Amino acid sequence: MSFDVSLSVRRGESRIAASFVTGPGATVLFGPSGIGKTSILQMVAGLLKPEAGHVWIAGETLFDAATQVDVPPERRRIGYVFQEARLFPHRRVAANLRYGMRPGAGDWDGVIAMLGIGHLLDRWPRTLSGGEARRVAIGRALLSDPRVLLLDEPLSSLDRARRGDILDALMSVRDRTGIPILMVTHDPDEAERIATAIVRL
Amino acid sequence: MLSPEEWGIVRLSLLVGGTAMLVTLPVAFGLAWLLARGRFPGKVLLDGVVHLPLVVPPVVTGWALLLLFGPAGPIGAWLAQWFGVSVLFRWTGATIAAGVMALPLVVRAIRLSIEAVDRQLEQAARTLGAGRWRVFATITLPLCAPGVLAGLVLGFARSIGEFGATITFVSNVPGETATLPLAIYSALQRPGGEAMVWRLAGVSVGLSLIALVASEWLARRMGRGLHVL
Repeated sequence: MSFDVSLSVRRGESRIAASFVTGPGATVLFGPSGIGKTSILQMVAGLLKPEAGHVWIAGETLFDAATQVDVPPERRRIGYVFQEARLFPHRRVAANLRYGMRPGAGDWDGVIAMLGIGHLLDRWPRTLSGGEARRVAIGRALLSDPRVLLLDEPLSSLDRARRGDILDALMSVRDRTGIPILMVTHDPDEAERIATAIVRL
Repeated sequence: MLSPEEWGIVRLSLLVGGTAMLVTLPVAFGLAWLLARGRFPGKVLLDGVVHLPLVVPPVVTGWALLLLFGPAGPIGAWLAQWFGVSVLFRWTGATIAAGVMALPLVVRAIRLSIEAVDRQLEQAARTLGAGRWRVFATITLPLCAPGVLAGLVLGFARSIGEFGATITFVSNVPGETATLPLAIYSALQRPGGEAMVWRLAGVSVGLSLIALVASEWLARRMGRGLHVL
């Protein structure tokens, strides 16, 4: 099992809850905007504390309300690609990519070639286009040698050509690295194309 | 241009202002961090106390410092007993007065710069394996550094202009506590001191202008997400 997740949290008036068990490949959380898909990713990553449930990933307990386990985000080894790229503005692209790398881990050349970001390494994040920033963010997450990859609307706010690029990149991540992916989207086409399993919310 | 005596006054002012900022920086950063990020009862009260020197008459602040650091005051008695020193009538006392008076300005600038750091970037850093300290050192601190420096430069200018609290607390001793404003005040009282007033006032305005421009430049870099370190 890659993901065995069951979570619930109250956000304002409503309750966000989800429960799913999936195997390797790409799991897509699919549902309309505003249903709390991002909150679910944040809970898996440890950035938002659930009130109940558990997060078991690749056989390891990252959160369990019953046994009071709550691994801090920096020790979960989860690569999180946020909806906004969230690149560090005071570090060049290369330094952003290196930020999460640990000695002896992360396939620098492979990741850079796969995402086609070699020519961006000396640039400052503020000079990147939306698609470029997105690819760097994916690379930064991959280079941190994650157990799983979380993607929050990775194709949003990109034009058609860029969407194709990123989608191709994501499919090669899925097929070549073997890292399980948990992805959130509200776009059915996107969900169909990349998903190994779809969870409807 | 300036006589040796006047150079001494300028040097003393720079010493007092610079030392005041060195001492104020850690205190101001700690307070600013608490006010920007802390959640605790009495936060509003702390905020108010920090800002007091900005609104209380400086003479009152100077008098309060006198009560604290005087021979019978809690800090003054402690300093005398353990170190055998007193800050009264000394440049160290002038530094304390300058630091306290500048504190609200510096805390305010640093607080704003901490609040302006995008916490989503800190979250991103944590998912990349950085613990709280590494996040602070590599993300938060570099991003708020221009604002911190801007606050310090502004505080430095404020320190150099400090008058009321200083003269009340440590008096007007030439060569020891008589910084630019106090020396200007003395020169004004003295027949024939006009020329000296003009020169010292010119230096004061010049220093303040440089500090304001530098502070504004740093704050702009901050606003554009640039960095200075």
